[in-house]
Amino acid sequence: MAQPLVKKDDDHDDEAEYSPFLGIEKGAVLQEARVFNDPQLDARRCSQVITKLLYLLNQGDTFTKVEATEVFFAVTKLFQSRDLGLRRMVYLIIKELSPSSDEVIIVTSSLMKDMNSKIDMYRANAIRVLCRITDGTLLTQIERYLKQAIVDKNPVVASAALVSGIHLLQTNPEIVKRWSNEVQEAVQSRSPLVQFHALALLHQIRQNDRLAVSKLVTSLTRGTVRSPLAQCLLIRYTSQVIRESGNNTQAGDRPFYDYLEGCLRHKSEMVIFEAARAITELNGVTSRELTPAITVLQLFLSSSKPVLRFAAVRTLNKVAMKHPMAVTNCNIDMESLISDQNRSIATLAITTLLKTGNESSVDRLMKQITNFMSDIADEFKIVVVEAIRSLCLKFPLKYRSLMNFLSNILREEGGFDYKKAIVDSIVILIRDIPDAKESGLLHLCEFIEDCEFTYLSTQILHFLGVEGPKTSDPSKYIRYIYNRVHLENATVRASAVSTLAKFGAAVDELKPRIFVLLRRCVFDSDDEVRDRATLYQNTLGGDGSVVETDKDVKDFLFGSFDIPLVNLETSLKNYVPSEEPFDINSVPREVKSAPLAEKKAPGKKPAGLGVSSSGPPSTVDSYERMLLSIPEFANFGKLFKSSAPVELTEAETEYAVNVVKHVFDKHIVFQYNCTNTIPEQLLENVIVIVDASEAEEFSEVFSKPLRSLPYDSPGQTFVAFEKPEGLATVGKFANILRFIVKEVDPSTGEAEEDGVEDEYQLEDLEVVAADYILKVGVSNFRNAWEGMGPDCERVDEYGLGPRESLAKAVNAVITLLGMQPCEGTEVVPPNSRSHTCLLSGVYIGNIKVLVRLSFGLDGPKDVAMKLAVRSEDETVSDAIHEIVASG
Amino acid sequence: MSAPYSEACPSVKNILLLDSDGKRVAVKYFSDDWPTNAAKEAFERVVFTKTQKTNARTEAEIAMFENYIVVYKFVQDLHFFVTGGDDENELILATVLTAFFDSVGTLLRGNVDKREALENLDLILLCIDEIVDGGIILETDPNVIAGKVASNSIDSAAPLSEQTLTQAFATAREHFTRSLLK
Repeated sequence: MAQPLVKKDDDHDDEAEYSPFLGIEKGAVLQEARVFNDPQLDARRCSQVITKLLYLLNQGDTFTKVEATEVFFAVTKLFQSRDLGLRRMVYLIIKELSPSSDEVIIVTSSLMKDMNSKIDMYRANAIRVLCRITDGTLLTQIERYLKQAIVDKNPVVASAALVSGIHLLQTNPEIVKRWSNEVQEAVQSRSPLVQFHALALLHQIRQNDRLAVSKLVTSLTRGTVRSPLAQCLLIRYTSQVIRESGNNTQAGDRPFYDYLEGCLRHKSEMVIFEAARAITELNGVTSRELTPAITVLQLFLSSSKPVLRFAAVRTLNKVAMKHPMAVTNCNIDMESLISDQNRSIATLAITTLLKTGNESSVDRLMKQITNFMSDIADEFKIVVVEAIRSLCLKFPLKYRSLMNFLSNILREEGGFDYKKAIVDSIVILIRDIPDAKESGLLHLCEFIEDCEFTYLSTQILHFLGVEGPKTSDPSKYIRYIYNRVHLENATVRASAVSTLAKFGAAVDELKPRIFVLLRRCVFDSDDEVRDRATLYQNTLGGDGSVVETDKDVKDFLFGSFDIPLVNLETSLKNYVPSEEPFDINSVPREVKSAPLAEKKAPGKKPAGLGVSSSGPPSTVDSYERMLLSIPEFANFGKLFKSSAPVELTEAETEYAVNVVKHVFDKHIVFQYNCTNTIPEQLLENVIVIVDASEAEEFSEVFSKPLRSLPYDSPGQTFVAFEKPEGLATVGKFANILRFIVKEVDPSTGEAEEDGVEDEYQLEDLEVVAADYILKVGVSNFRNAWEGMGPDCERVDEYGLGPRESLAKAVNAVITLLGMQPCEGTEVVPPNSRSHTCLLSGVYIGNIKVLVRLSFGLDGPKDVAMKLAVRSEDETVSDAIHEIVASG
Repeated sequence: MSAPYSEACPSVKNILLLDSDGKRVAVKYFSDDWPTNAAKEAFERVVFTKTQKTNARTEAEIAMFENYIVVYKFVQDLHFFVTGGDDENELILATVLTAFFDSVGTLLRGNVDKREALENLDLILLCIDEIVDGGIILETDPNVIAGKVASNSIDSAAPLSEQTLTQAFATAREHFTRSLLK
């Protein structure tokens, strides 16, 4: 730091470029670090070198293992110095270097000495450093000091110990839990921050004990909590207690509500806001409970501080989703926020207004937004577009002005995500508001005339192909579509050809003209376009005369493609070119668990154009390959379904066993995955003895033992059963693990020659109806349902008896049937009294099944359910009813 | 911590101090959300470009992107940022920002700019270390924080000859400006 200082004041031109670290280089600094080894330590120089090292690390430089070790050892020498400032820097760099456990030992004694020092700063920092770098074994040695430190009279020391406790609880919970007496004492501390840290730690120690948390909240809400941060924590814990205390009587007062309401009058804004937010998020909050919270948030809206305005408008925006009426009082303040300097605040204000506005204010609001849209970033525009979409669905009569707005912004400049949001919104409006269809389609047509995004063009063309033929005058779209064939890239041209074919197939009068157009496309320069044109010419059949299109052709053109694309991809990769053509029916149809991203946004409508989501790479085919490699299973035919693993042992037992059920048409195979968790044992000839006396229709045909099961390397053993062909046979199986156990010498790892036969009781395994149904989604449930027709429909009503909640009942039925919920209907909005859930699946024998479940609350807790099943086979529809009736 | 926000302790994901070109002066990450240096730099770039044009010189400003809440305040050529999760209480984050901003102001004796910050980088790093530990807020009172950091550095009451050159300049400048203002 010293050398460039010389020129500092007389060279003003260089000032902008000046930095004390100019030209710093890692190698040179590491050299400099040798001063740490000097017998006569120069504390200031050492501090400077540490600062340089920290600067390098901060700028993203990394040290190699060797360099880090070298620096670390050199730094440990600095504990000899008594310079306070240097010691602080030593603590800092040790934390940054995060030494390995064998290195930690070197500094342990120095740090432990500091932990018992008279200087508070040493004690506090030594605790923080040691707890940061320590592992479990060392922790027991220093535990005594930490417990003392928690109740230390110096608040900095106490906080250091408590915060370290919060971190250590993640890795060594059993040790930290032993400190609860001291932590409890610290909660009563007079120092505000000690109280905050103690409260956080105490709650984390007890978080799984509902009663203890409830007691803690009860005692503290009556007492005095000093720091605003601790008060915020207490508000969070209070809402947790309220939430977990479950449904209260509708009319009665909510416990602890008074406490939350009292916090609205706290002197710290942080606490007021935390309480207001907690109230708005209460389950089933009433408007009387909401009012005081909304009032304080409204005051925040006109604060001079942007952070306060933002916090308030963001919270009100969330409230408006569920209780738009409660927020209308703030509308005037919201409108003035549209011109807020901070565009995040302005956007939130606009979208809140869109949610709370009534039908008559729509036009005025749209005018304000039009001015606003030109000066915000795309990401905010997307939020506004989404808000307008939901507004339009709420006031369908206003579709004209909203649709105009959307088409206007569609014509303006914008990035892909923004354009996609607009197009998605128009598509959804077209689907849900019949009157908007024709104008919406024309807007889309105009958009693709000048659209730079191939993805959007192809998606719109596809959508036009589905919706266009159903309009009053389909021919007017042809021009737009055929223009694409002339002006666009190959991908768009190919989709335009497909769209033309759909018009030809759906509208008989247009067929001759389409035929002419298709014939021209045969001369395209691109293979795909030519291939499609030829294919469609042939499928449409005839020679271009007005004839009715075959049903098969229509199915081919319009039918939904219900095979998960990921599965198709893997199957195609596995397909070996041969005489035998690829059979699309051999592709597994199981949809693996939905991607996490979907769960993140519950209640969000699926985007309009999106193709039905495909899951992550499925494990089905890896199972299939493994089973096929076992010759005994080779003649079982095609694998229908593999279940998720079912645990047959408790966690942390000697042997861990889970089972996967593989269902074939005439057989079922149990794959037992075994893990030996005892290092001193080797298991041999491992087999599962299955007692099928409670599963009469199954007969065991084969079992494949596991030769050897060493410690901690999982292995599989299989048992196969024959069952009636094509039927969903259920039963219960008792399992015993039988094996020969051999002692292993832990020092050499060698097993003894002689073993002892032994048995180990496993839990029972059930084959249930859900094992015979594949989770296969459909992209559009209504179309699929209507396509199936009422011929094999079976409808009946069931009383499910008292249930904890509607959501629990819905989930129970979904799990029972093992089918794929469609269109997000598995999510039950809180407090709803009725719910409709749509399921789809494939029954054994490759029979498509669709289920429509209507739930209703009958009395306070009783759930009634109407079950409507459609499938391609009435016996299957009956079978589904039987599953529900017996489940 | 996997607990939902409503049961979790308020936490800070990072504290950033960037210069007027978006380059790092001092940064500290407390969360694994950005596992690599490249991820961190990318986040800093986004934060910097999206806030660059706003006026955050009198009051702390706030923005939200990529599911993070960022509160920020600028002075001279320095940009101060504090980031939290999107469920965090915005006012708690603002309190941490104030703690950072004001304690740096005190430690640099009012001369808050990039050059001064780099020359006293040790103080800035210690300051961050005193405000947040592993994401948990340690202290929010700027005077207490500055006091803890300063008491650890070389005593400012010591004779001038014992101070570092930097500090000597700072003290001298301070005396000088004060006498001018009188």
